[in-house]
Amino acid sequence: MARIGVFVCHCGENISATVDCGKVKDAIGDLKHVAFSTEYKYMCSDPGQTLIKDAIKEHNLTGVVVSACSPRMHEPTFRKACAEGGLNPYLCEMANLREHCSWVHDKNELTTEKAIDIVRTQVEKVKLNSSLQPIRVPVTKTSLVIGGGIAGIQSALDIANTGHKVVMVERSPSIGGHMSQLSETFPTLDCSQCILTPRMVEVAQHPNITLYTYAEVESVEGFIGNFKVKIRKKAKSLDEKACTGCGLCTTKCPQKKIPNEFEQGMGMRPAIYVPFPQAVPNRPVIDREHCTYYIKGKCKICEIVCPTKAIRFDQPDEILELEIGAIVVATGFDIKHADFFPEYGYGKYKDVIDGLQFERLASASGPTAGVIKRPSDGEIPKNIVFIACAGSRDPAKGIAYCSKICCMYTAKHAMLYKHKVHEGKAHVFYMDIRSGGKNYDEFVRRAIEEDYVNYIRGRVSTVYERDGKLIVKGVDTLLGAQPVEIVADMVVLATAGVANSGAEDLAQKLHVSYDSHKFFAEAHPKLKPVETNTAGIFLAGACQNPKDIPDAVSQASGAAVKVAALFSQSELTREPLVAVVNRMAPPLYSTCVACGMCKPVCPYQAIELEEFKNREGKVVKKAAKINEGLCQGCGTCVAICRSKSIDLYGYSNDQVYAEVVALLNEY
Amino acid sequence: MSHTEHHTERNSLAYTIEKNVEVRAQKCYQCGKCSAGCPVADEMDLPPSMVMRLLQTELAENDDKILRSHSIWLCVTCEMCLSRCPYEIDIPSMMDFLRQKSRSEKKVNKKARNIIAFHKSFLNSIRFTGRLYELGLIIDYKRQSLNMTQDVSLAPRMISRGKLHFIPDMIKDKAHIARIFKKTSK
Amino acid sequence: MPEYLKKPVNKSSYMKIGIYPGCSLTGSSRDYNESVFALAEAFNIELVQIPDWNCCGATAAHNLNKDLSLALPARILALAEKHGLDEIVVPCAACYSRLVVTQNELKKDPELKNRISEVIEMDYRGTSRISNVIEWIDKYIIPELDGKIVNQFNHKVACYYGCLLVRPNKVLNYDRAEDPQTMDIVMSKLGASPVDYPYKTECCGAGFSVSRTDIVSKLSGKIIEDAEHRGAEAIVVACPMCHSNLDMRRSDINKYWKTEYKIPVIFVTQAIGLAIGLPAKKVGLKRHFVEVKIS
Repeated sequence: MARIGVFVCHCGENISATVDCGKVKDAIGDLKHVAFSTEYKYMCSDPGQTLIKDAIKEHNLTGVVVSACSPRMHEPTFRKACAEGGLNPYLCEMANLREHCSWVHDKNELTTEKAIDIVRTQVEKVKLNSSLQPIRVPVTKTSLVIGGGIAGIQSALDIANTGHKVVMVERSPSIGGHMSQLSETFPTLDCSQCILTPRMVEVAQHPNITLYTYAEVESVEGFIGNFKVKIRKKAKSLDEKACTGCGLCTTKCPQKKIPNEFEQGMGMRPAIYVPFPQAVPNRPVIDREHCTYYIKGKCKICEIVCPTKAIRFDQPDEILELEIGAIVVATGFDIKHADFFPEYGYGKYKDVIDGLQFERLASASGPTAGVIKRPSDGEIPKNIVFIACAGSRDPAKGIAYCSKICCMYTAKHAMLYKHKVHEGKAHVFYMDIRSGGKNYDEFVRRAIEEDYVNYIRGRVSTVYERDGKLIVKGVDTLLGAQPVEIVADMVVLATAGVANSGAEDLAQKLHVSYDSHKFFAEAHPKLKPVETNTAGIFLAGACQNPKDIPDAVSQASGAAVKVAALFSQSELTREPLVAVVNRMAPPLYSTCVACGMCKPVCPYQAIELEEFKNREGKVVKKAAKINEGLCQGCGTCVAICRSKSIDLYGYSNDQVYAEVVALLNEY
Repeated sequence: MSHTEHHTERNSLAYTIEKNVEVRAQKCYQCGKCSAGCPVADEMDLPPSMVMRLLQTELAENDDKILRSHSIWLCVTCEMCLSRCPYEIDIPSMMDFLRQKSRSEKKVNKKARNIIAFHKSFLNSIRFTGRLYELGLIIDYKRQSLNMTQDVSLAPRMISRGKLHFIPDMIKDKAHIARIFKKTSK
Repeated sequence: MPEYLKKPVNKSSYMKIGIYPGCSLTGSSRDYNESVFALAEAFNIELVQIPDWNCCGATAAHNLNKDLSLALPARILALAEKHGLDEIVVPCAACYSRLVVTQNELKKDPELKNRISEVIEMDYRGTSRISNVIEWIDKYIIPELDGKIVNQFNHKVACYYGCLLVRPNKVLNYDRAEDPQTMDIVMSKLGASPVDYPYKTECCGAGFSVSRTDIVSKLSGKIIEDAEHRGAEAIVVACPMCHSNLDMRRSDINKYWKTEYKIPVIFVTQAIGLAIGLPAKKVGLKRHFVEVKIS
């Protein structure tokens, strides 16, 4: 015999201003099976919750309907209150009188009638609720960090320091990411590699971290706490244990003219190479696409000179299978390069470079040993123009967003140039200056006030080359849009930050959402910046959107703590509101005919076919089975099942039907 | 009801432009790329980005300034501004509209007299013959600009190269052209 | 090149396509007209002038009267449709621009299309395929060029496109707005070496030839100076207005800049004509103001 308790909340004035709560309470109180009906100003408050607990005991309630705000707000609150009152929490429902009623209508009789109808449907529904228990899932306490840049490094170290195991996968031969390419960082002008390399070494030496470089994620299956990840270790053509990192092979390689990715094409490297001197691990790899041996079958000089015979030309790629509990995606970003800009020369002009290329020129370990030189003729530029917002905030070029870091690094570049070339002149064409960080604006002012960098407000219409110089045609909008023409020796474009190559593929492998710019999507833009919509997968760093190092590090630590929280439990509990394919005694086993239509429509890959075997081991029946660890209760399979063999706990066919019938009937 | 009804001054030039040419001045964030690439910006009293800014203020005195400017007539209609604008704002169409509005409100800048005189002579020429009669155009222009000596040295050289015809090239259905002119005149 | 122009060309019989010469070609840019027809003859193409075509209105119409600026080109296109000329070549870049822009405007707005149809008292369907001179060359002449070249055009040239061949790019859908290459490619096929030329789409001063000759002198002068500076021996154009400003106005330009620019300006059709062995007179080279000492 159902005994339902109904609690009508005023929500301050949010509900009571348009809905007559007293009338609702009375109307519902008169219904059959409603044992108790009351109203209160703030149900979510402590006294409000106590009201529920007391009523459960006093009136022996078998179900509770809290008529208040959206369940997205307080469902957990009221479920907990019921549990504390001695009622199974899944016997509690909420009727949304606020977002669905009082907030969208004016005060009149019809609104109150609608409110009554809403409560009625929930009363009918809750009568059919069943007592459910949360689902328990085991957790593998090893995490995977994809990406070895500063965000990945920070995350890995934080997780490892909580005592849990970390596997880090980085696709280039060394960790370090873009931060290792920078010369100095804002706002302190710290030497980038100096502050980064200790962390890199820590990662390599940490007992809890297993590092795989020159490796990529091949496939990901499973669910939170229980991922099965395949990693492809690309063949380095090297026995890593035998190699001592002496570097002799890299000096003897005859192929010396391969554009160096680390130097952003400003320098060359051999076919067997270490990306940079402080690389971790400091072991070379052979670039098989450019190595003479792999192209023509000749050479093998590196093998000959290697003192420990560490070269292995026939080494294959290796596939590792790992059991992982949580994944942190820290794959970083890239920037647009000069060839993206038609009006700045389509990459034709050697002296029009992008920000990363300038970093390499400025870096002491770069191709010019830190001397700013023109790529065309090696001369030191006397007049340099920096163009901010190159590509960003430009819907015509498809990038409407602001890349956040360029204003700061442009000021930094201008200052670095002035510090190295005292008699040189630096000009910056800008639209706005976005320097909202600690000591950031002071940093930009320093460039203008102390280093005499000429800031011109306006954009550059075109850059072209004449007699070895670059003619920059811009405008000064603060002078009434007066055209400004500068004859420059070098132009540095602060290009837009974009998603890293392969981001889309990785997102699809992980089943993580991404936006139209291929940046990974966070679960909630304000309150869940490090989680994704896929349980167990977290984000850190610029793969989510362009950001500076402090933000990347903060976010990385945030992701790490989410992983640690996950691993702090021996088991995970999940909401039991999942779909279930019916089962019954043999020989029927299930009304499911194994048509398999539910399998591809499930967005969470939660459905498989189960085989039932008889005593001889022969398969006598196949039926769909839903993995309750993965199911999110969306109901798509329920809708598509032709034999109506699937139902959803918490939103069963009967329950929904009862709600509809309640609405259609007069009471 | 579009949001323009709520937020824009209904009697501003910006609103009129939005209704007629579908160009929204609000989109412009004053980057100045149009002015930077405009070939005649240094001759203009108001480079194109300044015209956009004045439109954005929606003040009657600024609207007036625009219509009375020399800039709108100095525009060579090369379309470079639209080509470079990050928001793809159709400045050329807007300029055409401003020119026509400037004339209809009789606010034409005196310095633009010759430019307009040329356009008018051009149209007058084709109104009656259907095709441009260059000699007729020059004569009519001189009448309007009162500059009799201009290009006097050019004429003989054009004639000797067969580039100047004395007899106009007329189409058969001249009346049709005349009717088109009549129907489109304001 | 727009997809619809890429259909296979019938090589057997002569080709017959429509042409809209425009007032410049029949007036002061007679040389251009002569070169276009000379090429057509050499390549067995019959160019049929749209009967009773009128002036497109050029810059004057769209500056002063929007409806007129749409009606005049609409009449031209309606006439082409009426006479079954569904493909028309428009050698003048300004006329080409007006026709394509008009076609586009009327396609976007059916109400406007009906209104303009009423104004011109003609049936307008907007089905014409309009190509500029370089598209015409690419489609009909380049494929047949093999074996026809008699004099390799061994010169450094600056290909000057002007404004209206490539802008507004999204409407014309032709080449790319920055550093276009189609004319450069045509010239390369003749054996020429096009220089890297940043002024190739900068305005020459357009319709201000008479009313503001000073502006034309200033802008055209910059174009010429840059071409000479880069060692070009000729400027190649595909627009009669550009040609007129760069060639006919040379003495004004020289006076303005106080110098003597000597570089000749030739039409791309003239360059092809010379390459295939047509005499200079036939392609109208004798009508230029700046002497063309190029073979």
